[in-house]
Amino acid sequence: MTTLTFGKAINEGLRRALADEDRVVLMGEDIGTLGGVFRVTDGLKDEFGAKRVVDTPLSEAGIVGTAVGLAYRGYRPVVEIQFDGFVYPAFDQLVAQVAKLHYRSRGTVKMPLVIRIPFGGGIGAAEHHSESPEAYFAHTAGLRVVACSNPQDAYVMIRQAIASDDPVVFFEPKRRYHQKSEVDLDASLADQPPLGVATVVVPGTDVTLVTYGGLVQTARDAAVAAAEEGVSIEVIDLRSLAPVDYSTIEASVRRTGRLVVAHEAGEQLGLGAELAASLTERCFEYLEAAPVRVTGHDIPYPPAKLERYHLPDLDRILDGVDRALGRPNSLSGDSLSGVEA
Amino acid sequence: MTLSAPIAYSRPEPERGDGSGDPAHSTPPDAPMLTLVDEHGARLHDPDLDPWVADIGPDELADLYRDLVVVRRIDAEATALQRQGELALWPPLAGQEAAQIGSARALAASDFAFSSYREHAVAWVRGVEPADLLAVWRGSAPSGWNPYEHGMAVPQIIIGAQTLHATGYAMGLAWDGADAASIAYFGDGATSEGDVNEALVFAASFDAPVVFFCQNNQWAISEPVGLQSKRPLARRADGFGMPGVRVDGNDVLAVLAVTRQALDRARRGGGPTFIEAVTYRMGPHTTADDPTRYRGDDELAAWRRRDPLARVRALLETSGMDVASLDRDVQAAADRAAADLRHAITTLADPAPMTVFDHVYAEPNSHLERQKARYARYLAMFEDGAR
Ligand SMILES: Cc1ncc(C[n+]2csc(CCOP(=O)(O)OP(=O)(O)O)c2C)c(N)n1
Repeated sequence: MTTLTFGKAINEGLRRALADEDRVVLMGEDIGTLGGVFRVTDGLKDEFGAKRVVDTPLSEAGIVGTAVGLAYRGYRPVVEIQFDGFVYPAFDQLVAQVAKLHYRSRGTVKMPLVIRIPFGGGIGAAEHHSESPEAYFAHTAGLRVVACSNPQDAYVMIRQAIASDDPVVFFEPKRRYHQKSEVDLDASLADQPPLGVATVVVPGTDVTLVTYGGLVQTARDAAVAAAEEGVSIEVIDLRSLAPVDYSTIEASVRRTGRLVVAHEAGEQLGLGAELAASLTERCFEYLEAAPVRVTGHDIPYPPAKLERYHLPDLDRILDGVDRALGRPNSLSGDSLSGVEA
Repeated sequence: MTLSAPIAYSRPEPERGDGSGDPAHSTPPDAPMLTLVDEHGARLHDPDLDPWVADIGPDELADLYRDLVVVRRIDAEATALQRQGELALWPPLAGQEAAQIGSARALAASDFAFSSYREHAVAWVRGVEPADLLAVWRGSAPSGWNPYEHGMAVPQIIIGAQTLHATGYAMGLAWDGADAASIAYFGDGATSEGDVNEALVFAASFDAPVVFFCQNNQWAISEPVGLQSKRPLARRADGFGMPGVRVDGNDVLAVLAVTRQALDRARRGGGPTFIEAVTYRMGPHTTADDPTRYRGDDELAAWRRRDPLARVRALLETSGMDVASLDRDVQAAADRAAADLRHAITTLADPAPMTVFDHVYAEPNSHLERQKARYARYLAMFEDGAR
């Protein structure tokens, strides 16, 4: 076991993948000489050379589009989009090209791309640097979308994503890059949870709290705080946002009868909507209350001074838990809780 | 030299690369550029450009000098404010003052500028209060000014997107028969983005009255310009069907001249021009960047000798002006601007929490109203001490 930061864990995962498979290439803006603006690729160009760790011209469509051509040639490109808000110039390449090529070629062309995207807020950044665009990609058939939440998972999941023959959009919660914890660098991939599964990170009995990425730590903290009030929260780290591992969540909701989903992205048509609908369909007769969503507002990401009034935090998650449990909460006793304002 | 005749280049082909795209293999050859004041402050004459700055005598030059000094001071103050925690981030302009002041001073009030995030000096010339500019970088406001009041759009962080906006605005100007033009500011890195290339196509196809003003400051964060282009950027213009001009971006007079010429051409129906202003970003990309990771001190030292302020000062000296007293005057103005800025920023109140819901739509909608009402109740819970 080694203690690593989140960012360093991904760096180690990339290093392993580069060493294990010579068709793996890294591409992106500032990832070589600089080592990336978050230093996630630090040292890799020196170690593997400029043909394996490629500083590209400044064009996201160019990066993803040329990665498609490289994948046609049998390469396994791992591209970095510098920040969440800069992925949109590559949107066509991702949703119309990468996502569909396996289908359109009747399975003959594989697109084993990984698109790494630092995502989410909480770092006081300038505009376009704190977005949560995951639902756009999760909505697109043919793309696998994952989000990691801790160094150990980050190390393993990046390697699994690179090994996958499907394209994987890989979200890294940038506000956790400096968080440290133990990582087993020698862990065999075979012993680790597969890329597509959700994991129960805190077992509990009263309410199921599902989240992913940067909010997993917040959810764990919420579970600790709730336990002091005698409420037992089961925290599930979704990990794979598309496709979703419903069996793990379903089993939990059948036990607790209550579901809270939290994410930084806005509420409308977000992952929370999908999970609430699907779990209502799958375990309606087990639910004791309507599923609750705790999300960012449906607004453009606000200026840094206001982000704490946008992002779900510990208190907002606990308020959501109270709503699911029918305990006093921000909407108690008001017409707003049920009817349209 | 006329704008419609691109500068002739007779440089050897660069060596064949190794396919890695490693910038060590792809630095574009030096190419000539238009200059009116050289780095020693000598006034060079150019029969084509001189008429465009015939009105710039010593007093006018002193005014340009004042602009250069004041914006450098504002920039330094902003960097200091960021270091002291008053701003979240700051992208310094140091080194690019002449490119920005020279081009912005060429604009008429009725023209419209679309910038990236580093054009603080353009904002200064367009009459934007520095404090309004800094409020954005403090994280207090999504934007700092009314674009229609200043003839300048809100800054753009998405690389290159504004070049299309400038082009569409110019198409509108042409369709309305307006006697005005737009200008798009962008960097050398931006020239690789699809948006910029699409803007050049649209502008040429529609003879749009737009000036593409590329500040080639040699770096896109850690990537040298050689990674974006194997040839001087100005040469691209020819392929898009417009004149390309390569100007010394540290020469405020030459920049003023070529931009005036290009704007005049645009306003008279001559279509777009691409200007490559060759300059240098002396500081970090932003206050979060560490340039020592990707470039050496010798390069910076070489560019310091080409400082855009020093050469104007030297020219003023040879023109017989009392530069010592001018300097006192200009420094005092710079200090005042910096002090005003510091005061305005450090006393700026934080925005109220519920303003996060403002201006999402032009027309109210019930979904957001409901979300807002619920969030207000949530916040109220803390005020009541209920939790
Ligand atoms: C679409 C997009 N991709 C990436 C970025 C991140 N980024 C910000 S500035 C920058 C470099 C821009 O270089 P250049 O265009 O030369 O302008 P300069 O910063 O040198 O003024 C990059 C890659 C961004 N803001 N937008």
